Amino acid sequence: MLSSLTSQLRTIWTILQHSFTKAETVQYPEQMPYLAPRYRGRIVLTKDPDGEERCVACNLCAVACPVDCIALQQAVKEDGRWYPEFFRINFSRCIMCGMCEEACPTNAIQLTPDFEMCEYDRSNMVYEKEHLQIDGTGKYHDYNFYRVSGLAIKGKDKGQASNEAPPIDVKSLLP
Amino acid sequence: MPTITIDGVHYEVEQGKNLLESCLSLGLDLPYFCWHPAMGSIGACRQCAVVQYQNAEDTRGRIVMGCMTPVSDGAIFSLAGDKAQQFREAIVESLMLNHPHDCPVCAEGGECHLQDMTVMVGHRDRHYRGRKNTHRNQYLGPLINHEMNRCITCYRCTRYYRDYAGGTDLAAMAAHDHIYFGRHQEGVLQSEFAGNLVEVCPTGVFTDKSLVHDYTRKWDLQSAPSVCTGCAVGCNTMPGERYGRLKRVHNRFNAEVNGYFLCDRGRFGAGFVNSDKALEYPGLRQADGRYRALDHHEALLRMAQQCAQGRVAGIGSPRASVEANYLLRQLVGADNFAPGFSDTEQVLVSLALQLQADSAALVPDIATIESADAVLILGEDVTNTAPRIALALRQSVRNKAYELAAELKLETWQDAAIRNLAQHQRSPLFIAAVADTPLDDVATQCLYLAPASIAALGQAVAAGLGGGDSKAATDNAAGALPRAIQAEAAAITAALAGAKRPLVIAGTTCGSAAILRAAAEVASALCSGARQTMLCLCVPEANSLGQAILAGPDAPNLTTLQQRASAGEIDTLVVLENDLYRRGNEAQIDALLAACSQVIVLDGLDNATTSAANLVLPAANFAESEGTLVSLEGRAQRYFPVFQPQAERRAAWVWLLACLKEMERSEVYPLHHFDDITRACAADIPALAGITAAAPDLHYLNLGVKIPRQPARYSGRTAMRANISVHEPKQREDEETPLAFTMEGLNRDQPGALLPWVWAPGWNSNQSVHKFQTEAGGPLKGGTAGARLLHPGGSRNRTNTRPVAGDAAAENSGVSGAQPGLWQLVPRPRIFGSDELSAMSPALAELVSPGFIELCPADAAGLGIDTGDGVEVGDQLATLELRVNDSMAAGCAGYGAGLAGTGNLRALARVSLRRAETWQRRPGLIASDRGAGPGSSHV
Repeated sequence: MLSSLTSQLRTIWTILQHSFTKAETVQYPEQMPYLAPRYRGRIVLTKDPDGEERCVACNLCAVACPVDCIALQQAVKEDGRWYPEFFRINFSRCIMCGMCEEACPTNAIQLTPDFEMCEYDRSNMVYEKEHLQIDGTGKYHDYNFYRVSGLAIKGKDKGQASNEAPPIDVKSLLP
Repeated sequence: MPTITIDGVHYEVEQGKNLLESCLSLGLDLPYFCWHPAMGSIGACRQCAVVQYQNAEDTRGRIVMGCMTPVSDGAIFSLAGDKAQQFREAIVESLMLNHPHDCPVCAEGGECHLQDMTVMVGHRDRHYRGRKNTHRNQYLGPLINHEMNRCITCYRCTRYYRDYAGGTDLAAMAAHDHIYFGRHQEGVLQSEFAGNLVEVCPTGVFTDKSLVHDYTRKWDLQSAPSVCTGCAVGCNTMPGERYGRLKRVHNRFNAEVNGYFLCDRGRFGAGFVNSDKALEYPGLRQADGRYRALDHHEALLRMAQQCAQGRVAGIGSPRASVEANYLLRQLVGADNFAPGFSDTEQVLVSLALQLQADSAALVPDIATIESADAVLILGEDVTNTAPRIALALRQSVRNKAYELAAELKLETWQDAAIRNLAQHQRSPLFIAAVADTPLDDVATQCLYLAPASIAALGQAVAAGLGGGDSKAATDNAAGALPRAIQAEAAAITAALAGAKRPLVIAGTTCGSAAILRAAAEVASALCSGARQTMLCLCVPEANSLGQAILAGPDAPNLTTLQQRASAGEIDTLVVLENDLYRRGNEAQIDALLAACSQVIVLDGLDNATTSAANLVLPAANFAESEGTLVSLEGRAQRYFPVFQPQAERRAAWVWLLACLKEMERSEVYPLHHFDDITRACAADIPALAGITAAAPDLHYLNLGVKIPRQPARYSGRTAMRANISVHEPKQREDEETPLAFTMEGLNRDQPGALLPWVWAPGWNSNQSVHKFQTEAGGPLKGGTAGARLLHPGGSRNRTNTRPVAGDAAAENSGVSGAQPGLWQLVPRPRIFGSDELSAMSPALAELVSPGFIELCPADAAGLGIDTGDGVEVGDQLATLELRVNDSMAAGCAGYGAGLAGTGNLRALARVSLRRAETWQRRPGLIASDRGAGPGSSHV
């Protein structure tokens, strides 16, 4: 009898104590939580420092995706660049695992600290390229795949990529 | 069988193989680049290094190249030894020194042998800090993309292109690290087999240009086992699809047919599947001549209604499957079923079938053709009509070299040594043709003769061998053969008589029954003693032979149908996948179609015949449907749908079966599935009984599961159609075949006819095919695809042994000499353009030449015209450009069969020629200039 009364009083005391502690509840959305730059949220496609599309439609993100929610089709521009004719992410399937970002050889696809993607209609969760493409470079500011790649494009001839020698003259007799 | 020791384990291996082959056959992974199962070893890349020990006491060993080391009893090797592993890693590192940072934008990525081998040896970091060499690329035509930076100088391309395929315009240039593989100047690659460079190159130097511009990785392609419809050879292919478009065609290994290689018509000619001329909905012709789209149900009701009333006749097609043709034959009755050949071709194909069935000679498959040690070609330009045979013949002439090698006890895989030994010594290959053919460079002797003389030459050879109708032959020989040619006939006779495995090739293209008979006579004269004589008669289309077997020798031809129609005996005409305007004179076909009150056409692409129909039903193409085709060697082979038909297209057999059911024809009640039709056809036509064995039926399960069309890495499943609906439908079940439209299932150890793609762990490239073979380069583990209907040796199938009617008529004034003022038309088919469907492929469009007439210089001079001038043929039959050809037989006018503007020309017809007054000469165009034009992406 006495012990149960003690227990009840202690409980009431503990609850009373909580009335004076700092609340953990965040007043979302008025109060936004801090999300680190490498937080894995909504996916974007970025541009290289020169303002050109970074994605070369190599399909590595699509194959790395464990839920198969990325589909794209490659095409070739007039200037010789590869680019995605369409690029579709079905965010209603996406699990924000970031495997696509890890797989991307050009730093094009990046996850951002934005998770606010609620929709009443699931089909609005299907993002096409125009919804994914941003104008900036995202987290990686300096990388431009075509400055490294051996593929010649307009404005960057053979031998002009980093660490490349000028094209060999096959008809030269010099050693 | 010698026993060797590899890393302490004893293995029994096959005598006469090299260590690399033996390791791969044993399932041991040993990296390699320059070795190729079809091309042997040269030891150039140094990648397959292993350690060999002298004896059990030897602990140091020495490094040897696996591909250059014969296996011998008691030999001790180590693959895993540190020394060999370090060596192999160093080799890959040095090969990768100049390799560009390209994989994401390289069409080889994901199926790259270089990637696989780099991962296999464990190389990761590049230690060399110097700059990478670069090269300028070349424009190599509309089919092949060139990216020379990626080259690892394994020499496979030139060894394939020059040594194997006989090309001359691709070579290694310069030396040391300047080495360059390309043409001496930019231009279209001339070989008909250049496309194989895509598969032969272990990295991305040569890639499929149409794929590069609409790219999909290998793991994303949905594939199914298919059969090429480009010609009658029946090469096995693996077409790949993504997003409803056919992306590319790759070779599907078949040890007896195509081996590792396809021709360019087969590889790049399937693009018509994506054509915007493809029909999507049934169309009903309105009174104003326009077509109204119908749904499939209404179309079917109309078709059944029209077929049920009045008298019905049907025209099948040698490019449609056996099953579709069989159902049409059931629909209209055998008496009203024309096989859909042109009149002359119908006679010739039946004759070719009969001669092959009756002959005591072997009807060879392609692999057997490669074993021939003396070849006589009568009249057929195989490079342009059955290209894969030409590639096999280029190998057959090397049998002389192998004989010499055997004397010196050289192994057959010692490629460079054998080529050095033989130099230009070749097995005899004699070509008698109306003009030059691309095989002339390996021929012992080329004779350019008129068709009648070719037949006479054949008869003379047969007579010389002591067979045939000696007296007639002698008479003919005296009459038609000049004395010089008689000497040649004697030389041919001697060469064939001295051969162990002689081969005689002829074909229907030149339109002469006499040549076919002469070829068969030569073959039967050779069928004596220990010789293994072979007779190969080429027919024009993918299912020509099957169609001839199905229709039988008594089937009506187009002229008969036209006469019946004109007499009012036909109300409804059903045409199956056949553009009749390619089969007969325009006037005759117009008359036929006009005389029938209802014309129903089933076809895949819009053409002149569909435009003349009252009701058009869209038929699925080869990549969307299943069917059986009978190749020129009498091999029944099954092709399977790669993807579901789009829109309202249905396989022709689906339309026809549904129509028969709608008509309440009781004989089709038991038929529900495709396999039921195959079985019914096999039961109905004894000569086709073998077609059920072409591939397993739909109930086949591979260890309890179906065979997947999609590789395990197939991506984008939940996003591909999310733009249409975010709710993913259940994967479509395939109710007709043992394959599944999913990535679930087992692609291993199944019958060879059911191989949809090749992949093995660590082997992403097409080199993984050796994991599916009984031994490296050997037949597939599940058996070779296809069922032979004409059994080797001609021991059976004598259903058609009656003489074929109308034979003499086809001969068209046969042996009689040249008539003044008249030229004999002889077909000069082209690999690109002569085949109806592949010519519609966008990749080949640039290479299809307009129609032409070829004359010898004397004849051209006589008419006062020169190359580039216009020639009017006959009485307004055609007006075509003239090409003067030094080799053309006098009195003959070659025409580009199947090319634009040649529809009214018939083989062997005698026509007048004269200068076309209003002809506009085309501006001169040199192929190599094209690369300099704007928009060329060859930088």
